[in-house]
Amino acid sequence: MSAGMRTGMRTRALNLLLIFALLGAVIASFQFLALNLTDLFSGDAGASMLAYAREFLRPDFSTTHLQACLRGAAETLAMSAIGTLLAALLGLLLALPAAGRFGALGKIGARFVLNALRAIPELVWAALMVLAAGLGPNAGALALAFHTAGVLGRLFAEALENTPATPAEAVHLAGGGRVTAFCYGTLPGVWPQLVAYALYRWENNIRMASVLGFVGAGGLGQMLYISLSLFQQAQAATIILVMLLIVLAVDAFSARVRLRWGR
Amino acid sequence: MNSTTTTGVAVRDPAALPRLLLTLLALALLWPGLHFSELNIGVLFDRDSTRAMATLLADFFPFAHDVEFLALLWKSTLETLAIAVAGMTLALLLAAPASLLATRALSLSALPRDGRPSPLSQSLRWPARAVLIVLRSVPEIVWALLFVRAVGLGASAGVLAIAVTYAGMLGKVYAEIFESVDAQPARALLAGGSSRLAAFFYGVLPSAAGELVSYTVYRWECAVRASVVMGFVGAGGLGQQMDLSLRMFAGDEVASMLLVFLLLVLLADQLSRFLRRVFV
Repeated sequence: MSAGMRTGMRTRALNLLLIFALLGAVIASFQFLALNLTDLFSGDAGASMLAYAREFLRPDFSTTHLQACLRGAAETLAMSAIGTLLAALLGLLLALPAAGRFGALGKIGARFVLNALRAIPELVWAALMVLAAGLGPNAGALALAFHTAGVLGRLFAEALENTPATPAEAVHLAGGGRVTAFCYGTLPGVWPQLVAYALYRWENNIRMASVLGFVGAGGLGQMLYISLSLFQQAQAATIILVMLLIVLAVDAFSARVRLRWGR
Repeated sequence: MNSTTTTGVAVRDPAALPRLLLTLLALALLWPGLHFSELNIGVLFDRDSTRAMATLLADFFPFAHDVEFLALLWKSTLETLAIAVAGMTLALLLAAPASLLATRALSLSALPRDGRPSPLSQSLRWPARAVLIVLRSVPEIVWALLFVRAVGLGASAGVLAIAVTYAGMLGKVYAEIFESVDAQPARALLAGGSSRLAAFFYGVLPSAAGELVSYTVYRWECAVRASVVMGFVGAGGLGQQMDLSLRMFAGDEVASMLLVFLLLVLLADQLSRFLRRVFV
């Protein structure tokens, strides 16, 4: 038996082992959850689920509800935009030390803060902010700001580290102060990248903002949560449609922007 | 710069005016946003909320670690993982046929037309595509909320939500992967009179398998994260426990759970990297 054949057989055995492990994991998962799909979808349970689903087929298109939806959509968009803007400011503020501009200690500290901000999911931030700042879109905007600041701060720091230092040095040598050197030497080079990152996160945040309301942070999510709790399926269906439209519009718009200006 | 200072003209930024105007324009556009988002950062610093936050944060250390709580934590972590695996399995079962219905790669009418299907047969693919778009465009947590209302609190709502959303994503991407691999083998088989399924298994799948596995594993990793988050609307797992602990202001429990969540995400990341390396 040649060496090639032996390794071939070994990878084959390993693959088989992995496939069995995966199958085992799947079976174990279904058993752990005691999930019985035939029970879930057959008989009375299935019929009641179907009846529930059918109530969503008649969305409420009355003017008052549409106006409320429009307001909810505006809240959602505003939440995402303001949240992302705050995040970009906070992110840039933290990115400067994280890129090592204020010494090694500042770098470690800022990186730790950025990691912590980023590690906590938006929804957890939103639940925390609702506790701290009360119900409403303010909590959502702040939650998005904190999480996104962690994401953007890290991306900004990397952009700052990768940008050539020579223009800033030139400004510095010509007599400009540190702030001037940063504004006219470093910033113009990284600016397009920073804007691209911020816009990309904004896109994500629009989607996120529409569901942050589930923990009470305003926008369409809160409306949906409330109308589902009150068993107003017709109203809920309209809100879901509006969410769907927002997601599709954002997708189409960002695809077009990407095609136009490239990445 | 020297020349301007020697001639006595103040050193200033020639682009300052347009920049100022752009900033003002952006602010004017954002102004209604401030109104709608009711932004008020000050609220974070007033006495009541700082006290509430301070007690919560002070409770973070030491992390909750009594035996009873750890047992609960272990159980909900397993539940989160199981939700992700079971949800992905169902999603795969839905996505595989849907992607075959949606893909152009197995089109018979495309054979004499240089790879472009006829408009009629392409329009028959649209229903499958539209269903996939709706499935993946409604956020997973909305599906979770709907299923919680339909089948009750607990893990089954989470599994169904992941199954539905990820079927939409997997189906779309699978269909695109089928179209992106070399079309010659499948076309030769189809032209030779083989059935579409045979053409798929012998013409498309061999060259698409690596990418399919890689994307599926990556999505599983996303599903682990999603199943934690979906718990916040009552779909079981770690998220549901975290929501309960947050509501009870049990900072030490929240801290332990966040830590476990981070470890879980790291573990999923490593595992998916390993699986991709082995299979691809």
